[in-house]
Amino acid sequence: MELNGSQVLLRALMNEGVDTIFGYPGGSILDIHDELFKSSFNHILVRHEQGAAHAADGYARSSGKVGVCLVTSGPGATNTVTGIATAYMDSIPMVIVTGQVPTPFIGTDAFQEVDITGITRPCTKHNFLVRHIDELANTVREALYIARSGRPGPVLIDLPKDVMRATTEYREPVSPSQGSSEPVYLPDAGPLTETVDLIKKAKKPVLLIGGGVIHGRATEELIEFARKVNIPVTSTLMGLGGFPGTDPLWLGMLGMHGTYYANMAISDCDLLITVGVRFSDRVTGRLATFASNATIVQIDIDATSINKNVLVHIPIVSDCRSALVQLNALLDRNGLEKIREGRESWITRIGGWRTEGPMSYCQGDTIKPQCVIETLYRMTKGDAIVATEVGQNQMWTAQFFRFDKPNTFLTSGGLGTMGYGFPAAIGAQVAFPDRLVVDIAGDGSIQMNIQELATAVNYKLPVKVVILNNGYLGMVRQWQELFYEKRYANTGIGGQCPDFVKLAESYGAVGLRAVKPEEVEPTIAKGLEAPGPVLMDFVVEAEEGVYPMVNPGASLTDMKLSSGIGM
Amino acid sequence: MDVQEHTISLLVHNKPDVLARIAGTFSGRGYNIENISANVTMNPRITKITIVTVGTQATMVQVENQLRKLVDVIQATHMKSRESVRREMVLASVGGDREKVMKAVEELGCRILKEKPDHFVLEVTGSKEEIDQALTYLETLDMKDMSRSGMVVL
Repeated sequence: MELNGSQVLLRALMNEGVDTIFGYPGGSILDIHDELFKSSFNHILVRHEQGAAHAADGYARSSGKVGVCLVTSGPGATNTVTGIATAYMDSIPMVIVTGQVPTPFIGTDAFQEVDITGITRPCTKHNFLVRHIDELANTVREALYIARSGRPGPVLIDLPKDVMRATTEYREPVSPSQGSSEPVYLPDAGPLTETVDLIKKAKKPVLLIGGGVIHGRATEELIEFARKVNIPVTSTLMGLGGFPGTDPLWLGMLGMHGTYYANMAISDCDLLITVGVRFSDRVTGRLATFASNATIVQIDIDATSINKNVLVHIPIVSDCRSALVQLNALLDRNGLEKIREGRESWITRIGGWRTEGPMSYCQGDTIKPQCVIETLYRMTKGDAIVATEVGQNQMWTAQFFRFDKPNTFLTSGGLGTMGYGFPAAIGAQVAFPDRLVVDIAGDGSIQMNIQELATAVNYKLPVKVVILNNGYLGMVRQWQELFYEKRYANTGIGGQCPDFVKLAESYGAVGLRAVKPEEVEPTIAKGLEAPGPVLMDFVVEAEEGVYPMVNPGASLTDMKLSSGIGM
Repeated sequence: MDVQEHTISLLVHNKPDVLARIAGTFSGRGYNIENISANVTMNPRITKITIVTVGTQATMVQVENQLRKLVDVIQATHMKSRESVRREMVLASVGGDREKVMKAVEELGCRILKEKPDHFVLEVTGSKEEIDQALTYLETLDMKDMSRSGMVVL
């Protein structure tokens, strides 16, 4: 049948199982919005295109599906760039559809024209400019395929208005071209057998997981592997939830703000098996001393992540699940009691570190942010999808909220985008209308995409926002305290903070405030119970720091365990 | 760590932005492009791009893997100097000393493309070292301008 470009687009998306689009209209996509109006698509209208991008991202991270957003040309497109780069750094499957000026106008500095494919080339897995309507259906199919296959990532499709106006005889798209991107990587048998041999000999093994375990849907196989081998497990920020945070083998997160015992264990281990990890500088600290006593096995789907920062002894380019399935089978054939032998002293040693340096903070007259998070965890029993903003709020969440399941922790790890959490939480709530979704924010971060309160209220998305309000851009202030002799340049924002309760109410949401420690629990209770979106303003200790801390470029064993004041 | 020249031969889809993406991969990750040549292969939908870059062995592995990740890169091969044939070309505009020019023709294999009373346009094809050698000589011929191509390798 004869269809126009907008109809082709929607049909092609529908064929790929997309039923939800986050977006904001504009001149170049008026035709598409007209078709959306007549269609059954769930279009979530945001209040800033950056919100659309982060919402599509949160939708993807929580559901495992490809998030889709639709924005107009020019400023609409450029407003998504931060969201695209956020998704790119964390390998999130997303398709961003941008309107574009008609093809004869491209390159003429037309109204709301921007070379978005040029601008996003370095921060997309791939992008397309559709120059003819007959390419459109195939392009959509290929874009979704690229977004979700191999190491996932954001893909942009730029659609000129005249191409969308054209009509064509609709043809079902053919299978996408494989190109160099990416069939399922299967591991070679040799390195896996070597790995099992190493496991048998190791006295002090550690398993380090990262975001790849969650993208690769390998958590079940991972849990089986860890328990078979009785190997302590630590994780990067992106891997939280990939292994149950309540399991006895769990060491907590490692790295710059990791737990004392995780950092000590990884620095002392003799065998380090990593799964889905790219060795970010936040994780390794000083490379020369990172796991320097260990033989390192790295399993990752992306060959460029292997031997990029850390030289490994056994590189295995493979998707995590296939590798773990095979490892588990090999372990079964090898007799597990022997493999578990000799681990007792290592577990005891780690126990010693747990006692020496537990996660702790002091209680006092003021609300401690860590306490807010611990209370939230306790009251929800950890059964929530938790998004965070960036900085201290993010780190305290990683430290004090235990994640047992994958796809429940939504945080901008690679790019560290303030303003990510709230729209991401909205995206997750759209994906899971009946689950509890929380955004843990700072007073700085929450103001970056506060306009999305309108979106949450409009669609009755009951996202609960926990604001850890210390009147500062907390993490930057902490660095100014540690490295700039407390010269708090441009980090004090408390004086000009909005009244969050009134702000929430002005949008039609519920606003709550707690200023004393005894008010924390009742405020959370009230917030969780209240219908619709809620902003909870917790006025917390102003100069609380995130500890432990490893200074940038320092070894993981050089941890500062507290600020040394007020303990 | 040993820093050396490395030659990479790429087969890519013949699409408008492929070159931009490849160049962006180099610049974005801090690798350099010493010289580059690109043209269609026997299949008009596939382009061959040859890039000479400088770096350590470890960097080269990274560069190749990064390029292979690109959707439009079909193949990326490291061309080892022992196993490949490589050629560059240079066009040079030199002063009108006929005797010296004829010497270049005979000894360096130059071709005369254009002859005028006061200048010649010469063409030299050869290995990188042969081109370097030719240019050194041509500079003594009052060379006014030159245009040097990227490398082609097989």
